Amino acid sequence: MSTSNTDNAGWAERNTHNTKRLAVWTGAWLVTMAVAVYGPQLVWESNPTLTLLALAANLIVGTGMILANKTHLQGLDELQQRIQLDAMALALGVGLVVGLAYSTADITNLIQFDAEISHLVMLLGLTYLVGVLLGRRKYQ
Amino acid sequence: MKNRLKVLRAERDWTQAQLAQELEVSRQTVNAIEKGKFDPSLPLAFKAARLFGLRIEEVFQDD
Repeated sequence: MSTSNTDNAGWAERNTHNTKRLAVWTGAWLVTMAVAVYGPQLVWESNPTLTLLALAANLIVGTGMILANKTHLQGLDELQQRIQLDAMALALGVGLVVGLAYSTADITNLIQFDAEISHLVMLLGLTYLVGVLLGRRKYQ
Repeated sequence: MKNRLKVLRAERDWTQAQLAQELEVSRQTVNAIEKGKFDPSLPLAFKAARLFGLRIEEVFQDD
């Protein structure tokens, strides 16, 4: 059993490495997002060139984050992948249904404030988190 | 699907973590398979059978 321990320990290490890599890309993406949002307001006062550069950096780093997430998911074992798939399906479904209902409520003036995309992102994040927790509990 | 993973593991005095390491899955996945909460894919089932030196039907049985 111990003959291939080194190789097998590599699987867990690879997963840890992929998770850390995803965390770094996500952190970097958040920073570029903050720069693109607050830069024009607080630092360079609506210089369109700098805003465009900040947005381009945000898109490039965002692409890196997407690829890091893909690598992370592909490195998981089959049960972990199923939990992730179920959680993402739940988040996508809830996001689509509630997001469009929320938008309709705004368009029809059923709500007195504007429907913000950030609300949808928060809903997606929370639903995904709940989905992962439910999945982990289901297979405990 | 039923399986004898827990018995076979116990016979060899392996922990779930050790078996998980050999199968290149998480300990939670081994636990879920042992409890019958998750059916492994064919490649993983064959890998487990190979590890124990048994045929796949000696490890996994249909309900």
